[in-house]
Amino acid sequence: MASEKSSSDLTLLDFWVSPFGQRVRIALAEKSLPYEYVEEDLLAGKSDRLLQSNPAHKKIPVLLHGGKPVNESLIIVQYLDEAFPDTPSLLPADPYARAQARFWADYVDKKVYDCGSRLWKFKGEPQAQAKAEMLEILKTLETELGDKEFFGGEHGFGFVDAAFAPFTPWFMSYEKYGEFKVAEVAPKIAAWAERVGKRESVAKSLYSPDKVYDFIGVLKQKYGIE
Amino acid sequence: MAAEKNVGLVLLNSSLSPFGQRCSIALAEKGLPHEYVEEDLAAKSDLLLRSNPIYKQVPVLLHDGRTIIESLIILQYLDEAFPDTRPLLPTDPYERAQARFWADYVDKKVYGCGSRLYMVKGEPQVPANIEMAGILKTLEGELGEKEFFGGEHGFGFLDIALVPFSTWFESFDKFWGVGVAEVAPKLAAWAARCMERESVSKNVFSPEKVSDFIGEMRKDLGIE
Repeated sequence: MASEKSSSDLTLLDFWVSPFGQRVRIALAEKSLPYEYVEEDLLAGKSDRLLQSNPAHKKIPVLLHGGKPVNESLIIVQYLDEAFPDTPSLLPADPYARAQARFWADYVDKKVYDCGSRLWKFKGEPQAQAKAEMLEILKTLETELGDKEFFGGEHGFGFVDAAFAPFTPWFMSYEKYGEFKVAEVAPKIAAWAERVGKRESVAKSLYSPDKVYDFIGVLKQKYGIE
Repeated sequence: MAAEKNVGLVLLNSSLSPFGQRCSIALAEKGLPHEYVEEDLAAKSDLLLRSNPIYKQVPVLLHDGRTIIESLIILQYLDEAFPDTRPLLPTDPYERAQARFWADYVDKKVYGCGSRLYMVKGEPQVPANIEMAGILKTLEGELGEKEFFGGEHGFGFLDIALVPFSTWFESFDKFWGVGVAEVAPKLAAWAARCMERESVSKNVFSPEKVSDFIGEMRKDLGIE
Protein backbone atom coordinates (compact mmCIF):
# COMPACT_ATOMS: atom_id res chain seq x y z
CA MET A 1 0.00 0.00 0.00
CA ALA A 2 2.79 2.44 0.85
CA SER A 3 4.38 2.03 -2.58
CA GLU A 4 0.95 2.46 -4.26
CA LYS A 5 0.47 5.75 -2.45
CA SER A 6 3.81 7.15 -3.51
CA SER A 7 3.39 6.08 -7.13
CA SER A 8 0.54 8.52 -7.80
CA ASP A 9 0.50 10.66 -4.63
CA LEU A 10 -3.24 11.16 -4.79
CA THR A 11 -5.60 11.81 -1.89
CA LEU A 12 -9.35 12.26 -2.21
CA LEU A 13 -11.33 14.16 0.44
CA ASP A 14 -14.86 12.93 -0.02
CA PHE A 15 -18.21 12.05 1.57
CA TRP A 16 -19.51 8.54 1.06
CA VAL A 17 -22.85 9.27 -0.61
CA SER A 18 -21.88 12.38 -2.56
CA PRO A 19 -22.58 11.89 -6.28
CA PHE A 20 -19.91 14.52 -7.00
CA GLY A 21 -17.27 12.62 -5.05
CA GLN A 22 -18.37 9.39 -6.69
CA ARG A 23 -17.61 10.81 -10.13
CA VAL A 24 -14.00 11.19 -9.06
CA ARG A 25 -13.90 7.69 -7.55
CA ILE A 26 -15.27 6.30 -10.83
CA ALA A 27 -12.65 8.19 -12.85
CA LEU A 28 -9.81 7.02 -10.59
CA ALA A 29 -11.05 3.42 -10.91
CA GLU A 30 -11.42 3.66 -14.71
CA LYS A 31 -7.80 4.85 -14.79
CA SER A 32 -6.61 2.26 -12.24
CA LEU A 33 -5.02 5.06 -10.23
CA PRO A 34 -4.27 4.23 -6.59
CA TYR A 35 -5.20 6.88 -4.04
CA GLU A 36 -5.86 7.48 -0.38
CA TYR A 37 -9.55 7.93 0.39
CA VAL A 38 -10.38 10.27 3.26
CA GLU A 39 -13.95 10.36 4.52
CA GLU A 40 -15.04 13.81 5.63
CA ASP A 41 -17.91 13.52 8.08
CA LEU A 42 -19.85 16.46 6.68
CA LEU A 43 -22.76 16.02 9.08
CA ALA A 44 -20.35 16.60 11.96
CA GLY A 45 -18.54 19.59 10.45
CA LYS A 46 -15.66 20.29 8.09
CA SER A 47 -12.04 19.40 8.76
CA ASP A 48 -9.27 22.00 8.75
CA ARG A 49 -7.69 20.20 5.82
CA LEU A 50 -10.88 20.53 3.78
CA LEU A 51 -11.31 24.20 4.66
CA GLN A 52 -7.71 24.93 3.74
CA SER A 53 -7.85 22.93 0.51
CA ASN A 54 -11.05 24.49 -0.74
CA PRO A 55 -11.44 27.85 1.00
CA ALA A 56 -13.57 29.27 -1.82
CA HIS A 57 -16.40 26.73 -1.61
CA LYS A 58 -15.52 24.58 1.44
CA LYS A 59 -16.88 21.51 -0.32
CA ILE A 60 -15.87 18.00 -1.21
CA PRO A 61 -14.67 16.41 -3.37
CA VAL A 62 -11.13 17.71 -3.18
CA LEU A 63 -8.33 15.90 -4.95
CA LEU A 64 -4.86 16.48 -3.53
CA HIS A 65 -2.05 15.63 -5.94
CA GLY A 66 1.32 15.92 -4.29
CA GLY A 67 -0.53 17.99 -1.68
CA LYS A 68 -1.87 20.50 -4.24
CA PRO A 69 -5.69 20.77 -4.29
CA VAL A 70 -7.94 20.45 -7.32
CA ASN A 71 -11.62 21.22 -6.69
CA GLU A 72 -14.99 20.75 -8.44
CA SER A 73 -15.73 17.20 -9.58
CA LEU A 74 -15.83 17.77 -13.35
CA ILE A 75 -12.67 19.84 -13.21
CA ILE A 76 -10.99 17.07 -11.20
CA VAL A 77 -12.01 14.45 -13.80
CA GLN A 78 -10.57 16.58 -16.64
CA TYR A 79 -7.43 17.11 -14.58
CA LEU A 80 -7.02 13.34 -14.20
CA ASP A 81 -7.29 12.95 -17.99
CA GLU A 82 -4.61 15.62 -18.53
CA ALA A 83 -2.24 14.77 -15.67
CA PHE A 84 -2.31 11.04 -16.41
CA PRO A 85 -2.38 10.92 -20.22
CA ASP A 86 -1.27 7.28 -20.30
CA THR A 87 -4.50 6.18 -18.62
CA PRO A 88 -7.83 5.61 -20.45
CA SER A 89 -9.35 9.04 -21.02
CA LEU A 90 -12.91 9.95 -20.12
CA LEU A 91 -13.21 12.81 -22.58
CA PRO A 92 -13.06 11.83 -26.26
CA ALA A 93 -10.29 13.12 -28.54
CA ASP A 94 -12.33 15.11 -31.07
CA PRO A 95 -12.79 18.81 -30.11
CA TYR A 96 -16.47 18.90 -31.07
CA ALA A 97 -17.23 15.67 -29.19
CA ARG A 98 -15.37 17.11 -26.19
CA ALA A 99 -17.48 20.26 -26.30
CA GLN A 100 -20.65 18.17 -26.41
CA ALA A 101 -19.47 16.01 -23.50
CA ARG A 102 -18.64 19.10 -21.43
CA PHE A 103 -22.05 20.60 -22.26
CA TRP A 104 -24.02 17.53 -21.17
CA ALA A 105 -21.99 17.01 -18.01
CA ASP A 106 -22.63 20.67 -17.20
CA TYR A 107 -26.36 20.11 -17.87
CA VAL A 108 -26.38 17.25 -15.37
CA ASP A 109 -24.61 19.54 -12.88
CA LYS A 110 -27.04 22.40 -13.31
CA LYS A 111 -30.20 20.35 -13.27
CA VAL A 112 -30.25 16.93 -11.63
CA TYR A 113 -29.15 17.44 -8.03
CA ASP A 114 -31.03 20.67 -7.43
CA CYS A 115 -34.28 19.42 -8.96
CA GLY A 116 -33.97 16.11 -7.15
CA SER A 117 -33.49 17.90 -3.83
CA ARG A 118 -36.64 19.91 -4.36
CA LEU A 119 -38.55 16.66 -4.87
CA TRP A 120 -37.81 15.51 -1.34
CA LYS A 121 -37.62 18.88 0.40
CA PHE A 122 -41.02 20.19 -0.58
CA LYS A 123 -44.65 19.17 -0.87
CA GLY A 124 -47.64 20.49 -2.78
CA GLU A 125 -47.09 22.89 -5.66
CA PRO A 126 -43.28 23.23 -5.41
CA GLN A 127 -42.94 19.44 -5.37
CA ALA A 128 -45.24 19.10 -8.38
CA GLN A 129 -43.12 21.69 -10.17
CA ALA A 130 -39.96 19.76 -9.30
CA LYS A 131 -41.53 16.55 -10.60
CA ALA A 132 -42.43 18.20 -13.91
CA GLU A 133 -38.86 19.48 -14.22
CA MET A 134 -37.36 16.10 -13.36
CA LEU A 135 -39.44 14.38 -16.04
CA GLU A 136 -38.26 17.02 -18.53
CA ILE A 137 -34.64 16.50 -17.51
CA LEU A 138 -34.88 12.71 -17.84
CA LYS A 139 -36.55 12.96 -21.24
CA THR A 140 -33.92 15.43 -22.45
CA LEU A 141 -31.11 13.13 -21.34
CA GLU A 142 -32.90 10.19 -22.96
CA THR A 143 -32.96 12.05 -26.28
CA GLU A 144 -29.25 12.75 -25.95
CA LEU A 145 -28.47 9.12 -25.12
CA GLY A 146 -30.61 7.81 -27.98
CA ASP A 147 -29.70 4.29 -28.93
CA LYS A 148 -26.10 4.52 -27.75
CA GLU A 149 -24.81 2.05 -25.21
CA PHE A 150 -23.17 4.88 -23.28
CA PHE A 151 -23.36 8.68 -23.54
CA GLY A 152 -19.74 8.47 -24.74
CA GLY A 153 -20.93 6.84 -27.99
CA GLU A 154 -18.03 5.54 -30.07
CA HIS A 155 -15.64 6.52 -27.30
CA GLY A 156 -17.41 4.10 -24.96
CA PHE A 157 -18.03 4.83 -21.26
CA GLY A 158 -16.99 8.46 -20.91
CA PHE A 159 -17.21 11.84 -19.25
CA VAL A 160 -21.00 12.23 -19.29
CA ASP A 161 -21.52 8.62 -18.16
CA ALA A 162 -19.20 9.25 -15.20
CA ALA A 163 -20.98 12.56 -14.49
CA PHE A 164 -24.48 11.09 -14.44
CA ALA A 165 -23.94 7.52 -13.17
CA PRO A 166 -23.72 8.56 -9.48
CA PHE A 167 -27.29 9.83 -9.67
CA THR A 168 -28.68 6.43 -10.68
CA PRO A 169 -29.04 5.16 -7.07
CA TRP A 170 -31.03 8.34 -6.39
CA PHE A 171 -33.64 7.34 -9.02
CA MET A 172 -35.51 5.16 -6.54
CA SER A 173 -35.83 8.09 -4.13
CA TYR A 174 -36.89 10.47 -6.91
CA GLU A 175 -39.49 7.87 -7.95
CA LYS A 176 -40.84 7.51 -4.41
CA TYR A 177 -41.08 11.23 -3.73
CA GLY A 178 -42.19 12.18 -7.23
CA GLU A 179 -44.49 9.22 -7.79
CA PHE A 180 -43.26 8.25 -11.21
CA LYS A 181 -41.16 5.48 -12.71
CA VAL A 182 -37.96 6.23 -14.63
CA ALA A 183 -38.55 3.06 -16.67
CA GLU A 184 -41.84 4.53 -17.93
CA VAL A 185 -40.73 8.14 -18.40
CA ALA A 186 -37.28 7.42 -19.85
CA PRO A 187 -36.83 3.69 -20.57
CA LYS A 188 -33.48 4.12 -22.35
CA ILE A 189 -32.09 5.97 -19.34
CA ALA A 190 -33.38 3.20 -17.07
CA ALA A 191 -31.63 0.60 -19.26
CA TRP A 192 -28.45 2.68 -19.34
CA ALA A 193 -28.57 2.94 -15.53
CA GLU A 194 -28.65 -0.80 -15.25
CA ARG A 195 -25.79 -1.26 -17.72
CA VAL A 196 -23.65 1.35 -16.08
CA GLY A 197 -24.35 -0.07 -12.62
CA LYS A 198 -22.70 -3.33 -13.65
CA ARG A 199 -19.45 -1.64 -14.68
CA GLU A 200 -16.81 -2.36 -12.05
CA SER A 201 -15.67 1.24 -11.55
CA VAL A 202 -19.25 2.32 -10.97
CA ALA A 203 -20.40 -0.66 -8.89
CA LYS A 204 -17.59 -0.19 -6.41
CA SER A 205 -18.08 3.57 -6.11
CA LEU A 206 -21.83 3.80 -5.55
CA TYR A 207 -24.09 2.88 -2.65
CA SER A 208 -27.42 1.09 -2.94
CA PRO A 209 -30.65 2.99 -3.61
CA ASP A 210 -31.86 1.93 -0.12
CA LYS A 211 -28.84 3.53 1.51
CA VAL A 212 -29.41 6.73 -0.47
CA TYR A 213 -33.09 6.75 0.53
CA ASP A 214 -32.14 6.33 4.20
CA PHE A 215 -29.58 9.13 3.88
CA ILE A 216 -32.26 11.47 2.53
CA GLY A 217 -34.31 10.55 5.60
CA VAL A 218 -31.38 11.58 7.81
CA LEU A 219 -31.04 14.90 5.98
CA LYS A 220 -34.73 15.62 6.30
CA GLN A 221 -34.55 14.99 10.02
CA LYS A 222 -31.49 17.19 10.37
CA TYR A 223 -33.16 20.07 8.56
CA GLY A 224 -36.50 19.56 10.24
CA ILE A 225 -38.32 18.67 7.04
CA GLU A 226 -41.40 16.51 7.40
CA MET B 1 -6.85 43.67 -44.92
CA ALA B 2 -6.40 40.74 -47.29
CA ALA B 3 -9.43 38.48 -47.70
CA GLU B 4 -9.80 36.57 -44.43
CA LYS B 5 -9.88 32.83 -44.75
CA ASN B 6 -13.36 31.65 -43.86
CA VAL B 7 -13.08 29.04 -41.14
CA GLY B 8 -16.84 28.50 -40.89
CA LEU B 9 -17.44 30.32 -37.62
CA VAL B 10 -20.63 32.17 -36.69
CA LEU B 11 -21.21 33.74 -33.28
CA LEU B 12 -24.80 34.35 -32.20
CA ASN B 13 -24.56 36.95 -29.50
CA SER B 14 -25.95 39.96 -27.78
CA SER B 15 -23.48 42.77 -27.20
CA LEU B 16 -25.05 43.14 -23.72
CA SER B 17 -24.02 39.67 -22.63
CA PRO B 18 -20.80 39.39 -20.61
CA PHE B 19 -20.76 35.70 -21.56
CA GLY B 20 -20.94 36.62 -25.24
CA GLN B 21 -18.25 39.25 -24.76
CA ARG B 22 -15.92 36.49 -23.52
CA CYS B 23 -16.34 34.72 -26.87
CA SER B 24 -15.74 37.89 -28.90
CA ILE B 25 -12.56 38.58 -26.93
CA ALA B 26 -11.36 35.00 -27.43
CA LEU B 27 -12.01 35.10 -31.18
CA ALA B 28 -10.12 38.41 -31.38
CA GLU B 29 -7.18 37.10 -29.32
CA LYS B 30 -6.94 34.14 -31.68
CA GLY B 31 -7.33 36.26 -34.81
CA LEU B 32 -10.21 34.04 -35.93
CA PRO B 33 -12.47 35.49 -38.62
CA HIS B 34 -16.15 34.90 -37.98
CA GLU B 35 -19.61 36.08 -38.86
CA TYR B 36 -21.20 38.00 -35.99
CA VAL B 37 -24.98 37.91 -35.54
CA GLU B 38 -26.51 40.30 -33.03
CA GLU B 39 -29.56 38.69 -31.47
CA ASP B 40 -32.47 40.70 -30.15
CA LEU B 41 -33.08 38.90 -26.86
CA ALA B 42 -36.67 40.11 -26.82
CA ALA B 43 -37.27 38.48 -30.21
CA LYS B 44 -34.97 35.48 -30.53
CA SER B 45 -34.21 34.21 -34.01
CA ASP B 46 -35.23 30.76 -35.22
CA LEU B 47 -31.55 29.97 -35.67
CA LEU B 48 -30.87 30.70 -32.00
CA LEU B 49 -33.88 28.71 -30.77
CA ARG B 50 -32.94 25.75 -32.98
CA SER B 51 -29.27 25.90 -32.00
CA ASN B 52 -29.85 26.15 -28.28
CA PRO B 53 -33.27 24.64 -27.58
CA ILE B 54 -32.41 23.81 -23.98
CA TYR B 55 -31.38 27.21 -22.69
CA LYS B 56 -32.45 29.46 -25.60
CA GLN B 57 -29.58 31.81 -24.77
CA VAL B 58 -26.60 33.51 -26.31
CA PRO B 59 -23.77 33.06 -26.88
CA VAL B 60 -23.93 30.22 -29.40
CA LEU B 61 -20.96 29.37 -31.61
CA LEU B 62 -21.63 27.63 -34.90
CA HIS B 63 -18.68 25.90 -36.56
CA ASP B 64 -19.51 24.54 -40.00
CA GLY B 65 -23.11 24.51 -38.86
CA ARG B 66 -22.53 22.52 -35.65
CA THR B 67 -23.38 24.23 -32.39
CA ILE B 68 -21.27 24.77 -29.31
CA ILE B 69 -22.92 26.35 -26.27
CA GLU B 70 -21.85 27.82 -22.91
CA SER B 71 -19.16 30.51 -23.01
CA LEU B 72 -16.44 28.63 -21.12
CA ILE B 73 -17.06 25.52 -23.22
CA ILE B 74 -16.82 27.68 -26.36
CA LEU B 75 -13.47 29.08 -25.19
CA GLN B 76 -12.06 25.59 -24.62
CA TYR B 77 -13.44 24.44 -27.97
CA LEU B 78 -11.66 27.30 -29.75
CA ASP B 79 -8.36 26.24 -28.14
CA GLU B 80 -8.86 22.62 -29.19
CA ALA B 81 -10.33 23.11 -32.66
CA PHE B 82 -7.79 25.78 -33.62
CA PRO B 83 -4.53 24.55 -32.09
CA ASP B 84 -2.42 26.82 -34.31
CA THR B 85 -3.89 29.95 -32.74
CA ARG B 86 -2.79 31.62 -29.53
CA PRO B 87 -3.92 29.29 -26.72
CA LEU B 88 -6.15 30.64 -23.94
CA LEU B 89 -5.52 27.89 -21.41
CA PRO B 90 -1.96 27.20 -20.21
CA THR B 91 -0.30 23.86 -21.02
CA ASP B 92 0.35 22.54 -17.52
CA PRO B 93 -2.52 20.30 -16.27
CA TYR B 94 -2.54 21.76 -12.76
CA GLU B 95 -2.58 25.34 -14.05
CA ARG B 96 -5.38 24.39 -16.44
CA ALA B 97 -7.39 22.98 -13.54
CA GLN B 98 -6.86 26.19 -11.56
CA ALA B 99 -7.91 28.36 -14.52
CA ARG B 100 -11.06 26.27 -14.99
CA PHE B 101 -11.83 26.37 -11.27
CA TRP B 102 -11.58 30.15 -10.98
CA ALA B 103 -13.54 30.72 -14.21
CA ASP B 104 -16.27 28.51 -12.74
CA TYR B 105 -16.04 30.59 -9.52
CA VAL B 106 -16.60 33.76 -11.57
CA ASP B 107 -19.67 32.14 -13.15
CA LYS B 108 -21.11 30.98 -9.85
CA LYS B 109 -20.21 33.94 -7.67
CA VAL B 110 -19.64 37.16 -9.56
CA TYR B 111 -22.60 36.78 -11.84
CA GLY B 112 -24.84 35.34 -9.11
CA CYS B 113 -24.06 37.98 -6.51
CA GLY B 114 -24.01 40.76 -9.13
CA SER B 115 -27.51 39.84 -10.22
CA ARG B 116 -28.73 39.95 -6.63
CA LEU B 117 -27.10 43.33 -6.07
CA TYR B 118 -28.90 44.81 -8.94
CA MET B 119 -32.37 43.67 -8.30
CA VAL B 120 -32.68 45.08 -4.84
CA LYS B 121 -32.70 48.49 -3.23
CA GLY B 122 -32.03 49.56 0.34
CA GLU B 123 -31.31 47.37 3.34
CA PRO B 124 -31.49 43.88 1.81
CA GLN B 125 -28.57 44.84 -0.46
CA VAL B 126 -26.23 44.98 2.49
CA PRO B 127 -25.46 41.26 2.67
CA ALA B 128 -24.95 41.16 -1.12
CA ASN B 129 -22.59 44.15 -0.85
CA ILE B 130 -20.51 42.39 1.75
CA GLU B 131 -20.57 39.18 -0.24
CA MET B 132 -19.40 40.96 -3.40
CA ALA B 133 -16.55 42.64 -1.53
CA GLY B 134 -15.51 39.18 -0.27
CA ILE B 135 -15.66 37.72 -3.78
CA LEU B 136 -13.52 40.55 -5.18
CA LYS B 137 -10.96 40.12 -2.41
CA THR B 138 -10.80 36.38 -3.09
CA LEU B 139 -10.19 37.00 -6.78
CA GLU B 140 -7.55 39.57 -5.90
CA GLY B 141 -5.86 36.92 -3.74
CA GLU B 142 -5.73 34.62 -6.76
CA LEU B 143 -4.28 37.39 -8.94
CA GLY B 144 -1.62 38.32 -6.42
CA GLU B 145 1.26 40.21 -8.00
CA LYS B 146 0.70 38.80 -11.48
CA GLU B 147 0.12 41.12 -14.42
CA PHE B 148 -2.68 38.86 -15.61
CA PHE B 149 -4.42 35.85 -14.05
CA GLY B 150 -2.72 33.74 -16.72
CA GLY B 151 0.64 34.39 -15.05
CA GLU B 152 3.57 33.24 -17.18
CA HIS B 153 1.11 32.26 -19.86
CA GLY B 154 0.01 35.89 -20.15
CA PHE B 155 -3.55 37.15 -20.74
CA GLY B 156 -5.63 33.99 -20.81
CA PHE B 157 -8.73 31.96 -20.04
CA LEU B 158 -9.45 33.32 -16.57
CA ASP B 159 -8.69 36.92 -17.57
CA ILE B 160 -11.21 36.56 -20.41
CA ALA B 161 -13.77 34.91 -18.10
CA LEU B 162 -13.67 37.81 -15.64
CA VAL B 163 -12.91 40.88 -17.74
CA PRO B 164 -16.47 41.51 -19.06
CA PHE B 165 -17.59 41.86 -15.43
CA SER B 166 -14.78 44.27 -14.62
CA THR B 167 -16.51 47.15 -16.36
CA TRP B 168 -19.30 46.65 -13.84
CA PHE B 169 -16.89 47.57 -11.03
CA GLU B 170 -17.64 51.28 -11.29
CA SER B 171 -21.35 50.49 -11.09
CA PHE B 172 -20.80 48.34 -8.03
CA ASP B 173 -19.43 51.46 -6.41
CA LYS B 174 -21.93 53.95 -7.79
CA PHE B 175 -25.09 51.99 -7.03
CA TRP B 176 -24.15 49.73 -4.15
CA GLY B 177 -21.16 51.23 -2.38
CA VAL B 178 -18.74 48.42 -3.18
CA GLY B 179 -15.60 50.45 -3.80
CA VAL B 180 -13.43 48.13 -5.85
CA ALA B 181 -10.48 50.51 -5.85
CA GLU B 182 -10.42 50.35 -2.03
CA VAL B 183 -11.51 46.75 -1.51
CA ALA B 184 -9.40 45.17 -4.26
CA PRO B 185 -6.93 47.69 -5.73
CA LYS B 186 -4.85 45.06 -7.56
CA LEU B 187 -7.98 43.84 -9.27
CA ALA B 188 -8.89 47.41 -10.27
CA ALA B 189 -5.38 47.83 -11.72
CA TRP B 190 -5.71 44.51 -13.57
CA ALA B 191 -9.01 45.68 -15.09
CA ALA B 192 -7.33 48.85 -16.36
CA ARG B 193 -4.47 46.82 -17.90
CA CYS B 194 -6.96 44.55 -19.66
CA MET B 195 -8.73 47.54 -21.19
CA GLU B 196 -5.48 48.46 -22.91
CA ARG B 197 -5.82 45.32 -25.00
CA GLU B 198 -7.71 45.91 -28.20
CA SER B 199 -9.53 42.56 -28.00
CA VAL B 200 -11.02 43.74 -24.70
CA SER B 201 -11.69 47.41 -25.32
CA LYS B 202 -13.47 46.64 -28.58
CA ASN B 203 -15.73 43.99 -27.11
CA VAL B 204 -16.71 44.89 -23.57
CA PHE B 205 -19.12 47.60 -22.58
CA SER B 206 -17.45 50.70 -21.25
CA PRO B 207 -18.07 51.44 -17.56
CA GLU B 208 -20.28 54.36 -18.62
CA LYS B 209 -22.42 52.17 -20.83
CA VAL B 210 -22.84 49.59 -18.06
CA SER B 211 -23.78 52.30 -15.60
CA ASP B 212 -26.38 53.74 -18.00
CA PHE B 213 -27.76 50.28 -18.67
CA ILE B 214 -28.11 49.48 -14.97
CA GLY B 215 -29.65 52.90 -14.33
CA GLU B 216 -32.28 52.19 -17.00
CA MET B 217 -32.99 48.70 -15.62
CA ARG B 218 -33.48 50.08 -12.13
CA LYS B 219 -35.87 52.76 -13.39
CA ASP B 220 -37.84 50.10 -15.24
CA LEU B 221 -37.97 48.01 -12.10
CA GLY B 222 -39.03 51.03 -10.08
CA ILE B 223 -35.92 51.00 -7.94
CA GLU B 224 -34.47 54.43 -7.35
